[in-house]
Amino acid sequence: MRGRHRAPVPDLSSKLRVLMNSTLFVLASLDGLSYAALVFLVSVGLSLIFGVLRIVNVAHGSLYAFGAYLAATLSLLVTPISPWLTYPALLVASLVIGIVAGGLIERLLLSRVYGREEVLQLLITFAVFMIMDNLQRMIWGVQPIYAAEPLKLLPNISIFGVSYTSYQVIVLPIVAVLALFGLRYFLRRTLMGSVILAVTEDREAATAIGINAQKVYLITFIIGATLAALGGALASPTTSLVPGMGTEMIVLSFAVAATAGLGQIEGTAITALAIGMARAFVIYLQPEFEVLVPYLIMVAVLLVRPEGLFGATKLRKI
Amino acid sequence: MKRTGNTLKLLAGVSLLLGVLSGPAAAQDKPKEIKVGITTFLSGPAAVFGEPGKAAAEMIAADINKKGGIGGVPLALSFIDEGAGGEALVSNYRRLVQDEKVDATFASISSGSCNQLVPLAEDLKMLNFMWDCGASSILETKKYRYNFRSQANGTPEMLAVLIYLLKTKPNFKTIAVVNQDYAWGRESWEIFSTALKQMKPDVQIVAELFPKFGAPDYSTEISRLMALRPDVVLTTSWGGDLDTLVRQAGQRGLLQQSTFVLGIGESSIQRLGKDLPEGLIIGARGDHWFMHPEKKNDAEFKAFNEAFRAKTGSMPIYPVYHMVQAFAALQGSYDKAIKANGGKWPSREQVVDAASNLEFVGFGRPLKLRAEDNQGLEAQLVGVSKKADGFNHMVLDNMMIFDAAAITTPAGQKSVEWLKTLKPDFAKMDVPVFQHGK
Repeated sequence: MRGRHRAPVPDLSSKLRVLMNSTLFVLASLDGLSYAALVFLVSVGLSLIFGVLRIVNVAHGSLYAFGAYLAATLSLLVTPISPWLTYPALLVASLVIGIVAGGLIERLLLSRVYGREEVLQLLITFAVFMIMDNLQRMIWGVQPIYAAEPLKLLPNISIFGVSYTSYQVIVLPIVAVLALFGLRYFLRRTLMGSVILAVTEDREAATAIGINAQKVYLITFIIGATLAALGGALASPTTSLVPGMGTEMIVLSFAVAATAGLGQIEGTAITALAIGMARAFVIYLQPEFEVLVPYLIMVAVLLVRPEGLFGATKLRKI
Repeated sequence: MKRTGNTLKLLAGVSLLLGVLSGPAAAQDKPKEIKVGITTFLSGPAAVFGEPGKAAAEMIAADINKKGGIGGVPLALSFIDEGAGGEALVSNYRRLVQDEKVDATFASISSGSCNQLVPLAEDLKMLNFMWDCGASSILETKKYRYNFRSQANGTPEMLAVLIYLLKTKPNFKTIAVVNQDYAWGRESWEIFSTALKQMKPDVQIVAELFPKFGAPDYSTEISRLMALRPDVVLTTSWGGDLDTLVRQAGQRGLLQQSTFVLGIGESSIQRLGKDLPEGLIIGARGDHWFMHPEKKNDAEFKAFNEAFRAKTGSMPIYPVYHMVQAFAALQGSYDKAIKANGGKWPSREQVVDAASNLEFVGFGRPLKLRAEDNQGLEAQLVGVSKKADGFNHMVLDNMMIFDAAAITTPAGQKSVEWLKTLKPDFAKMDVPVFQHGK
């Protein structure tokens, strides 16, 4: 069907060639960058939780969705007061979901299954995912919700005649970079970070020297949950919030985290960027492969390096 | 003599047995209720259609029961969530039919669900109205006895949108498509592009984009379209996907650069509010619009719309009107069967017989269940978005209502084959045009 409709028209073909040669790289890179920023924020939380707690948190997608819904709700509430309050609202929503929902999940459920079979841990987080999915429907209903005020506040910028929103090509990447360096600094330059690394390396030894491993797990889970919620909150101005949005994101996040190697923070950033870029270039060049790209990359990487691009076979690193 | 006596006893016994067996078909006892099983999306993204459909079903059944039911028998509804997926859907459908003994079913919204349940309904000899699914192929590949579609299918829906485009923007040269990557997105584009090629062969298709179903971000697709600058962009996406695409495209100026055609956009008009600009061509999967130009002064129509808004907070969208049509088809079939049965309660087979060639009315133009293939003949309304005083969302203007028979694939033919026989003159058909508020 496609081939039949693509009869060559000289001026259009030349236009296409010019596009491919001169502007494609810039346009696709910008698109890939904003996409990668959101994917990174969610994936790095997933990766962090696995790196420290050794739990694959399926409920991570629900935390993303709850972050988005709560951010949209708060944004719609504060917009009549001042549209600029929507930015703090995004942050507040992320913290509330991360601390309250993340804290409850870790304390009430996960803390009871540390060291148990991985299948049990997986089933529990899956159950949480299903419960939160239904809760989300009960609280916010099934009609799409949209709260774009933070995005509308900032001007568009034109690049090669193509208009971009500042929010997507400036704000999102900046937040992602801040999150990356903030996380690096926290883990490698602060006492709490060192404590987390100690528990990750050897829980028993860390406990023997007086470190409260339970507290470390709680804090780590809250940070991971907050990052997922932050991803959702930052996505909320750009997209319609609908039932099932968490599922979409958790699948992609798993692909990114697994490709990078679970527990790899910088690796997650690089992989998210690579997958975001690859997806964008594919949409320009061969759009029918768009959906497959992240998973093709994941399969290709895992076939060659089962521990992921940046994962170590034995040593755990976060 | 003794032999004769035994023979008589035998005959009497056989007659009695036959009487018991054939009794229900000849003269049914009036049941306590007519049980209707409805499949609809109560979870997942398609719940944007399923929940309003369910709300409508509850309203309509309550209204029918308030008026004494169908033939004096009240309706009792059961719902199945299509969002539960294939196996669960089939199991639940079987349960409704075999355990709960429903008398009729309305299945389904998704064409995938219809593809699963239509053959099952046929096997179970269950009267089924396909109340919302749009895949034309279902009734084109096999003749069913128990399955009817109480609305149109994707072919007239897409054809109406295309003819509207050709009538209102006859000089466009390039087109791009952004559809969801699943059965409807692909099939609707096949219908549209096949007909387009026949009716305007000089148009060039510059991009065919099928982002993932449920995609939260269309930035790259939008960038590519802004660079390609097509005259027209078609999308048959729906729900949150359509809302996101329209808003992201609007924020970046793409809606102003190209003429957007929202193939089934009627259901998003209220949600999009002021984010939907003027000048977009919008289809409605039938002649559905809560300000239907030929129905807007109809007291029953207005009362229903207001009651629906009171119940849900929004005016009805097309799946609501499709649900109205399914109930109208059910009621029409029973009424016709009761009449044909001399006023006595009919058997299911008699109701099925009555459904064939049934003419009935929803909240649009009259409909018919075509006898040859049980396909519903439903008119199509297409319009263009326009601001209007008193509304916090766009309204439809320059509405055209296409006659069902003129744009529906003839019985016995397959849609794509039929579309390939169309000529450019086909788009020159006379279609009445209605302005908003007039």
